[in-house]
Amino acid sequence: MNQEASNSTSSLLEKDVVDNPDFVTVGTITADDAAMTCRNVDVHYGDKQAIYNVSVDIGRNEVIAMIGPSGCGKSTFLRCLNRMNDTIDICRVSGDIRLEGEDIYDRAMDIVLLRARVGMVFQKPNPFPKSVYDNVAYGVRLHGLTKTRAELDEVVEKSLKKAGLWNEVSDRLDKPGTGLSGGQQQRLCIARAIAISPEVILMDEPCSALDPIATAKIEELIDELREQYSIAIVTHSMQQAARVSQRTAYFHLGKLVEVGPTDDIFTKPTHGLTEGYITGRFG
Amino acid sequence: MSTSRQLVQKTLGKRYARERRFRWYGALSILVGILFLGFLLVTTVSNGYKAFVQTYVQIDVDLSAAQFGGEITPESIAAANFDGIIKDSLRNAFPEVSGRTDRRALYGLVSNGAQYDLREMLLEDPSLAGGVTPVWLLADDEVDVFMKGRIDRNEPEANRRLKDNAIGWIDQWVDEGRVEKRFNEPFFTNGDSREPEQAGIFGAIMGSFFTIAVCMLLAFPIGVAAAIYLQEFAPKNRITDIIEVNINNLAAVPSIIFGLLGLAIFLNAFGLPRSVPLVGGMVLSLMTLPTIIISSRAALAAVPPSIREAALGVGASPIQTVLHHVLPLAMPGMLTGSIIGLAQALGETAPLLVIGMVAFIVDVPTSPLDPGTALPVQIYLWSDSPERAFVERTSAAIMVLLMFLVAINGFIVLLRKKLERRW
Ligand SMILES: Nc1ncnc2c1ncn2[C@@H]1O[C@H](COP(=O)(O)OP(=O)(O)OP(=O)(O)O)[C@@H](O)[C@H]1O
Ligand SMILES: [Mg+2]
Repeated sequence: MNQEASNSTSSLLEKDVVDNPDFVTVGTITADDAAMTCRNVDVHYGDKQAIYNVSVDIGRNEVIAMIGPSGCGKSTFLRCLNRMNDTIDICRVSGDIRLEGEDIYDRAMDIVLLRARVGMVFQKPNPFPKSVYDNVAYGVRLHGLTKTRAELDEVVEKSLKKAGLWNEVSDRLDKPGTGLSGGQQQRLCIARAIAISPEVILMDEPCSALDPIATAKIEELIDELREQYSIAIVTHSMQQAARVSQRTAYFHLGKLVEVGPTDDIFTKPTHGLTEGYITGRFG
Repeated sequence: MSTSRQLVQKTLGKRYARERRFRWYGALSILVGILFLGFLLVTTVSNGYKAFVQTYVQIDVDLSAAQFGGEITPESIAAANFDGIIKDSLRNAFPEVSGRTDRRALYGLVSNGAQYDLREMLLEDPSLAGGVTPVWLLADDEVDVFMKGRIDRNEPEANRRLKDNAIGWIDQWVDEGRVEKRFNEPFFTNGDSREPEQAGIFGAIMGSFFTIAVCMLLAFPIGVAAAIYLQEFAPKNRITDIIEVNINNLAAVPSIIFGLLGLAIFLNAFGLPRSVPLVGGMVLSLMTLPTIIISSRAALAAVPPSIREAALGVGASPIQTVLHHVLPLAMPGMLTGSIIGLAQALGETAPLLVIGMVAFIVDVPTSPLDPGTALPVQIYLWSDSPERAFVERTSAAIMVLLMFLVAINGFIVLLRKKLERRW
């Protein structure tokens, strides 16, 4: 009976969010010190709307976790932040997204520069079919960040060390990056992203293909990276969100239901849908 | 008890049988293919291998100073009448031959190209002159055919072009050890000729080489660039759909139509010369473009999107993404498509006929602007010639063409292996 009651409340709550065009996100969407601000973001794939009126800040030196049921638009939203959605023909983004106050969808914003400032780590490790060294060095060379080979070597080493991969690959830098294990490949991709010293790093389920040990390593790494970068991470693991993030955003069918400090979201969520999702009652 | 297990077991036998049957079908098709290929190779080789040797006869030629106006200098050698010299020598070899018809038959035993060979020989080594010297000269094609056993001496004389008296002279030469089969160098160094014994494949090889070179230089870059644009950059809309459909259609258009198009545009509208490999290459590139574009697009589409995202994600521009990452991965596939196009172009005849590359051309082309012909056209021309000696040359030319195809394919396979570092 209890189960039934919760189900009916959940569908009531869902109705309130999904069918209500004026729904407003609960919690605090702002961060104390925002690296990126998003206001009233809508995303359409063709005729289909995938993101409805989302407003949220990405805080500086802070990890924000984005959680929510599959298909709720987490990836879509994340990909707006470095304009990765531009590569999809039918995708249209509207609203206001700013990086350090600059509108990233402005005509004046250079997309190459934007992606150098907002790095991305993808769900599936996708190293280039090149050597470990070239994988990390590629972006650095591309943007001309170093002048000499020695400088480049140093950046590569530092990035691999930060990504916690140096010890494992220092003797096989010239071996193909695709020959590493899944977890190593993902850390290589992180090294590649941080080699160009971005301001923000976006991670879309970076651990979904990894075993618990590799996952733990990457979580540890994310915690360290927070000191220098602002990080937005999409995850399906509530525990992971609780472990690595300071703020958590809960998405539901394209709407941002609730944002707040991770501790609050997991201990005393305000919205019933959030509560239902994190307690595993529905999702 | 476990009924599903029993049910599965019941069907297993049938399933395995079907699998075996399919394997047999596959093996059978391969076998049929090999059989046809083998048949082609056996007939071609058995018809053509004799064309790689050629009959020469040794004649005592009177090269005394008197033949050169008393003095032997390069000028007097160049000016000498070698036709007359050879005829004199033949008469001396068989003094009993008299009468115009018999003499003509006698003279006909030696190729009428022999006079030029003899002049070359002397210009190279003037010390040969000064007396009566035995010299090996190219025999006429009928002699060659006879020596290769393709003329039956028991057949009624009226049915043979080589008459009894000529066979008698040849027999006498054979007895004296004056007939020899040598490697057929002229076949590989000469252009075409009306005389089979002087006809060579080199003109056609050079013609094909220039044609294919022009074709590839045009079609590969244009095709790859078009494929990259269509696949990576072009918006997906009605217009690109129409373009795509049209490219697919072009791939199926009969080649002769491209020839007619080339005739109308390149020859009539632009006024380019007839029969030149440049125009041939341009026409063939029109023909191979669709093949290259389609296969290049397929190769680009096969590159995983994650690589593109990775490159874009670190801030590569779309062009950089394509040039640094997508193109290297797609290159092996693009090359495969291009070989198919190249092989097609190398074997193509019809469009070249239309633009005049079927003309009878003796000179070996030295540039894409010299009139020339191409290997398959040469094969067509020879297969149409009445002389028996051209039969084996046709087969030999087919063998040369096949060899080139094998060489090109082998080269590209190697190149592809080298590029294919999929890691
Ligand atoms: N390229 C696309 N074209 C059309 N629709 C898309 C595209 N990508 C995503 N969508 C749609 O947008 C919605 C949100 O998708 P998105 O990938 O952002 O979900 P998600 O929250 O990341 O899900 P998951 O947790 O399973 O990764 C889905 O309904 C999906 O079908
Ligand atoms: Mg996703």
